[in-house]
Amino acid sequence: MNWQEFFAMGGYAFYVWTSYGLALVILLANIILPILQRKKFIRELMLRNRRREQ
Amino acid sequence: MFLIPDAVVRLYHRMASPPHFYRISGRIIPWLSYGFLLLLAYGLYAGLYLAPTDYQQGDSYRIIYIHVPSAWMSLFVYIMMAVAGAIALIWRMKLAEVVMISSAPIGASFTFLALVTGSLWGKPMWGTWWVWDARLTSELILLFLYLGVIGLYGAIDDKRTASRAVAILALVGVVNIPIIHYSVEWWNTLHQGPTITKLGKPSIDVSMLIPLLVMALAFHIFYFIAMLQKARTELLVRERNAQWVAQLMEVE
Repeated sequence: MNWQEFFAMGGYAFYVWTSYGLALVILLANIILPILQRKKFIRELMLRNRRREQ
Repeated sequence: MFLIPDAVVRLYHRMASPPHFYRISGRIIPWLSYGFLLLLAYGLYAGLYLAPTDYQQGDSYRIIYIHVPSAWMSLFVYIMMAVAGAIALIWRMKLAEVVMISSAPIGASFTFLALVTGSLWGKPMWGTWWVWDARLTSELILLFLYLGVIGLYGAIDDKRTASRAVAILALVGVVNIPIIHYSVEWWNTLHQGPTITKLGKPSIDVSMLIPLLVMALAFHIFYFIAMLQKARTELLVRERNAQWVAQLMEVE
């Protein structure tokens, strides 16, 4: 089986790859968003602490 | 009377301690991630390449490796959320509240994925994106339950009060779980009946079943990674005035 055949998915490429692509995006978002939120929160908290010390 | 062993009591208190949870979860996440990536890589390889083409559905059936694990997870995460909610209500355990609310967006994601991939599978096979049959409708209600949990939690400022309200909503919504599971048996629907969880021999070939089970296991591990990530963030925000957070900030 060559790559072209593999990506064609027997004519169902749109349905199959949209499913897998969407899953990838949604799963990634569930990991990345909380990490970004945490980093942002820690930054803000440290900024607040520094201001209080001055 | 029953006696709880000392070790269990100690474990409970340690698990219930936010700084301990924050530290331990930070150490566990990398290992879970290695396991997840390994299983995912094999699951994708086996599901998209090794597994044979279906004699009826062609290659469109490969959506099963996303659709079915997502649907299973939509129920599993809901049960986890409801159990955490019950623990939060009975023992007022802060960490259970955090686990409960951290599970909601992940459960909503899996439910959404199950619905959309089902739609993408339904179009070429059934000839329609959507039908109002029992399985699809009860799964859509599950999505609304998750969104209700997230909305309710956000609407109440005091997070302890919000958690109690959410826990009650989550527990009431448990009614929907057996309805989803048995919907394909109770009602005559377009959605096919169970092929894997039915007693006896599953009506799916082993070469197609293995990638499904691997993907399902990968998705379970994924839930714990995402839940712990979310819980760590939620815990920091909630405990921002606690001493352990101040100490953590000094180290950073």
